[in-house]
Amino acid sequence: MARDAHAYSMVKKGRNKAGLIAVVGIVLAVAILVAIGIGSVRFSPLESLLTLIGQGDDRSNTILWDIRIPRVLLALIIGANLAASGALLQAVMLNPLADPGLTGVSSGAAVAALFIMLVVPGYSSFIPIAAIAGGGFAAVMVYAMAWKRVGGFTPIRIILSGVAINAVFGGVIGLLSILYSDRLPAALQWLNGSLNGKGMGDVMVILPYSIVGWIAALFCVRKANVLRLGEQTAHHLGQNMNQVRFVLSLVAVYLAAVSVSTVGLVGFVGLVVPHIARLLIGSDYRFSMPLGLMLGAIVLLVADTAGRSLFSPLQIPAGIIMAIAGGPYFLYLMRRGGA
Amino acid sequence: MLHVHSLQIGYADRTVVRDFSLDVKEGEVVSIIGPNGSGKSTILKAITRVIPCQSGKVCIADRELAALSSKQLAQMMCMLCQSNSSPSDMTVEELVSYGRLPHKKWYERLGGEDREIVEWALHHTGMHAYRERLVVSLSGGEAQRAWLAMALAQRPKVLLLDEPTTYLDIGHQLEVLELVRKLNKELNLTVVMVLHDLNHASVYSDKVCVLKDGQTCVYGKPQEVFTMELIRSVYGVETDIQRQGQDEAPRIHILRKIQEESRDPIESIGY
Repeated sequence: MARDAHAYSMVKKGRNKAGLIAVVGIVLAVAILVAIGIGSVRFSPLESLLTLIGQGDDRSNTILWDIRIPRVLLALIIGANLAASGALLQAVMLNPLADPGLTGVSSGAAVAALFIMLVVPGYSSFIPIAAIAGGGFAAVMVYAMAWKRVGGFTPIRIILSGVAINAVFGGVIGLLSILYSDRLPAALQWLNGSLNGKGMGDVMVILPYSIVGWIAALFCVRKANVLRLGEQTAHHLGQNMNQVRFVLSLVAVYLAAVSVSTVGLVGFVGLVVPHIARLLIGSDYRFSMPLGLMLGAIVLLVADTAGRSLFSPLQIPAGIIMAIAGGPYFLYLMRRGGA
Repeated sequence: MLHVHSLQIGYADRTVVRDFSLDVKEGEVVSIIGPNGSGKSTILKAITRVIPCQSGKVCIADRELAALSSKQLAQMMCMLCQSNSSPSDMTVEELVSYGRLPHKKWYERLGGEDREIVEWALHHTGMHAYRERLVVSLSGGEAQRAWLAMALAQRPKVLLLDEPTTYLDIGHQLEVLELVRKLNKELNLTVVMVLHDLNHASVYSDKVCVLKDGQTCVYGKPQEVFTMELIRSVYGVETDIQRQGQDEAPRIHILRKIQEESRDPIESIGY
């Protein structure tokens, strides 16, 4: 009898969490419809919906399918990527304040992408690959510097070496911008994390990379879950810790670098979203990872839509909105003792 | 069951443990004691492969440790540390179910047999009533029982404990040690633990291994091991030892510290 009641309560808990994920899914759908309608020509959510399912008129078809929908899709994809990347880094560093931006990955990818944009613009089709390589290189540097023969990695050493490596890459970005200042305007949007002027082509480039990343992130859930018990316990439970660190970091770096290659530096999504997901649904990554993917999509969509509509006709890059809104949230987390 | 042969362990250029051997039979409880820096915890870390050994070998159930995968190792032995951390929303039952992880492939879910083993582990540690409680809401002693239940769910042959009572008050200290003794008797579980308290080692172990400067001083039954001379030379402390009978555990009463110059200085070892 007691066991039945217990089983019942477990089922109920699972239902609550599934319900929450469904609610967030509905919020996501509504956010998409509203965001598509916002702009110099406004559409009601109903008109947007009709256009989406192929019942729109010529005017709405042109504006929505050519301009707004690609941009919204890109915000959704990048937001999900950054959220998953942040969640994995937070798991592997056992630190709720880890973020692709704070650990050198973003700036490494940025240097590689910027180099191609400014120095050898003819090879711009290699930007995604170069960004992944650059992000990976930065991550390897951060980890190599943080490694000590006795004691291996500690999260604090990884973060400190990330700060230092970030500073170096930041310097290189500054250097490149001055040396090639004539070509800078094109790169400036990108440096601030802007989704402006992106089309369906960009979506199609990044989508396959991202889907691979999401699937990999969902496969990392169990390892991330064991890490919640601490590295020592994970070791005693038969986890090969160096392998776990490597796999989780690899997926995180990949997702962050793919995102940076397309829209540039967007900070704080990877930091803030996994935290909100944990707050809403708990620390179990089986639930917080999928929820985080959806919340990341919502957060970046809101940031980008706000950025392009608040000071219209001026376009504020989503990266700037995220920095202005995310920075204070980061400080709030730190003051609350989240670190 | 657990056979340690001339182990040498060190950090960088400093050797912490030299030529350490230990033979533990199935169903025995062995305590490793010794002053700070004598290498007690280092030995447990080497046995669980947290740190590498420079030379020597460890065998468990006639299989050499170095040849086992991380998972195989976790199926054979488990470890209870002095303090553990868990996420604030994890229940006792969830925690214990993680003990089944070493037996699962990366894609496998927990099945009916795993559920039964979790029940069994909860039952043997008396944590049945606590299954829905959050691990962080438990008292120190209850938490150690919950973590012990997780370790049991691994269905290990050898249970290792690293100063499991350090952060507990005396009531909870005895509760944890009694539980370890009970599990040892009921399940014929082989136990190796590092302890600080000489009386705990005396009462709750079949054999005691005394370490000094990374080497074994004595290894044997508590009745043979604990003498006033030994404790004086290892800890530099004057004691009075009460012996009730042949099979009774000796009781050690601490009298006073001996002046520094009258004994060998012990090299202090830090990280």
